[in-house]
Amino acid sequence: MAFYDKLFSALGLSEWCGTSDDKAPLSLADLAAQAGGEEASGPLMPIPSFDNLHESCNRIWQSRDVTNGIEEGFLAAKPVLKTVLDPITQPLSWMLDGALWLFEAMPWFIMVPLLVAISWYASRSRPVTIFVAVSIMLLAVVDHYDVAMQTLSIIFVCTTISVLFGVPIGIAMSKSDRLQKSVVPLLDLLQTLPTFVYLIPLIFLFSVTESKLYGIAIILYAIVPVIRLTDLGIRLVDQDVIEAANAFGMNDRQKLMRVQLPLALPNIMAGINQTIMMSLAMVVIASLVSAPGLGVNVLRGIRNLELGVGIVAGIGIVLLAVILDRVSKAALTRVDKTQVKH
Amino acid sequence: MTQPMVRLSGLYKIFGARDKDVLQHVKGGMGKEELLAQHGHVLGLNNINVDMQAGEITVVMGLSGSGKSTLIRHLNRLIEPTAGEIIVQGEDVMQLSEDGLRHARQEKMSMVFQKFALLPHKTVLKNAGMPLSVRGEDEATCDREAAKWLDRVGLSGFENHYPAQLSGGMQQRVGIARALSANTPIMLMDEAFSALDPLIRTDMQDLLLELQKELHKTIIFITHDLDEALKLADHLVILKDGFVVQQGEPQHILLNPNDPYIEDFVSDINRARVLRVRSVMTPLGDDKVPADAHGEVDVNDTLESMIARSGGDTSHAYVVKDGEQTVGTLDMTELVRALVPRVASEAGARQS
Ligand SMILES: Nc1ncnc2c1ncn2[C@@H]1O[C@H](COP(=O)(O)OP(=O)(O)OP(=O)(O)O)[C@@H](O)[C@H]1O
Ligand SMILES: [Mg+2]
Repeated sequence: MAFYDKLFSALGLSEWCGTSDDKAPLSLADLAAQAGGEEASGPLMPIPSFDNLHESCNRIWQSRDVTNGIEEGFLAAKPVLKTVLDPITQPLSWMLDGALWLFEAMPWFIMVPLLVAISWYASRSRPVTIFVAVSIMLLAVVDHYDVAMQTLSIIFVCTTISVLFGVPIGIAMSKSDRLQKSVVPLLDLLQTLPTFVYLIPLIFLFSVTESKLYGIAIILYAIVPVIRLTDLGIRLVDQDVIEAANAFGMNDRQKLMRVQLPLALPNIMAGINQTIMMSLAMVVIASLVSAPGLGVNVLRGIRNLELGVGIVAGIGIVLLAVILDRVSKAALTRVDKTQVKH
Repeated sequence: MTQPMVRLSGLYKIFGARDKDVLQHVKGGMGKEELLAQHGHVLGLNNINVDMQAGEITVVMGLSGSGKSTLIRHLNRLIEPTAGEIIVQGEDVMQLSEDGLRHARQEKMSMVFQKFALLPHKTVLKNAGMPLSVRGEDEATCDREAAKWLDRVGLSGFENHYPAQLSGGMQQRVGIARALSANTPIMLMDEAFSALDPLIRTDMQDLLLELQKELHKTIIFITHDLDEALKLADHLVILKDGFVVQQGEPQHILLNPNDPYIEDFVSDINRARVLRVRSVMTPLGDDKVPADAHGEVDVNDTLESMIARSGGDTSHAYVVKDGEQTVGTLDMTELVRALVPRVASEAGARQS
């Protein structure tokens, strides 16, 4: 005798519910209840969940039917999704694999000076450049050079793609209030979903051995700030300057290239900086789905309780994060400086 | 009379979603406050009819919110009118296609802004050459023209500075150089000197007059300052709540204000410094030049200089010359009378 029996008979639904023949497989709770005695000594009034209602009425679903339903729905949609998404995302796999190969194949005595030179070119700051050189050497000394380069190559590809897509999306959003209104909730969603949740549907769609799996997860997570800040940056451009651009007869393209983008650049750069940091955060988590790099060592540290391995890899990630942050921030300040307003 | 450079006729602007619908109320005589209270629309311009002659400085003056910026932005259609005609060099601006409008903005009208509106990430040279590069001129031409005009406004040597490194007065010189390098017949100046301190401002006014003597542009100049208006204007248009209260020759308006609003405006002015001999002299008619004339004066002398010259003696009289030609006589008694605002108008101003 379950709690909600009376409710269903009062509603005159006993017929419709049918007898509780309990052919359906029992839930663990049912088993426990049966073992403990004939009547479940549960709470006074159980919460009206699917499972609890099902006890009184067979026609009501059980909660596992819901999860099963979702899974089946997803599996049914999978072939269609896959035929569409697979070819579109295939280049991502190639790019990730290509970049991995390139970063690994490049001899260290070329790669390290190259990275230092890039840091100098971007930041024009001596302390930052020296810090980059020392950090890379530190990583190399403890034999983490290779994994660090793997991580770096993934970040490189994912940030580039995020910028290539994010900036135009941001521009489009700044031009159309309607588009902005519809995209912002999506961005909110991408940013608030716990990172692991992304991985679940992606694992179903693509095989774990494909690099685009983690590539997509990283990009979805990291593209948000660059979109947001491009949109914001363009909307914040001084209206007086826009008016001047109009008054001198600039067309939309000239306005965008000569006024809006340059004046929004500090904001866009801030967005790119955040995008880089977020891809680094995600690339560590993505090691769960076979992304190579420092994250793998962290994972090993957790799985095998190899404390030292995990901590060294963790410090490596911190170093990498500080390098990327300092270099991109220094580049940002440099851009900002030409636009100081007194 | 030749056709005006710019003609605004029957121009209305109402801010709001249903501007075309409420236009009839405005045409029926509804004022700015009523319109806002009853229909929630802001009356920007109300039946503006102004001709702006080629080679003249037309000054539009009015208090804050009277619609000056709205008016000037109609000439290059930065604001779309609710109704009315805008004719520039005989061409209806309202009929222009998008391309045609852009072309007109590039080739016919350049603009100087109150807040300068320079590109902060470009050097002074590139800022000044911007109108040319927008038209697609090659870089060398842009730089050459820009340097020429920067030199003309007294900024040579600052070509490679950024706007933020310059003072307000210098930034506005860049703004003027930018407008001049566009080489357009019409220049629109919206409170171009209002953000500058008084001394710099006088400098800039002198610079503008000096340039104008050479270039003979058609300048539409917005200001809320009567001294500035009187100094610059060939034709003065006075706006109030979106309509034209009075327009005409500035000296004439000063001596014959037709509205308490304008009397209020002109009552604080130093008339002796602003009024010129030509406005108060008696034109040469049948009567002969007085024999007891104390000397000859120029038509464009200010009354202040006349008072100084006569030593304050009101019994003096002078012969007025325009170049070689004798054009009238000046009686110091007349002159002193003109210095006092009309008594009747004084009373009218108090009432309002
Ligand atoms: N986009 C707009 N929407 C609604 N009302 C507007 C808009 N632009 C201007 N107005 C209104 O039109 C009127 C005239 O404004 P305008 O800016 O032309 O005044 P102004 O004479 O230039 O004043 P100021 O000296 O302060 O610059 C004001 O009442 C203003 O509130
Ligand atoms: Mg204004």
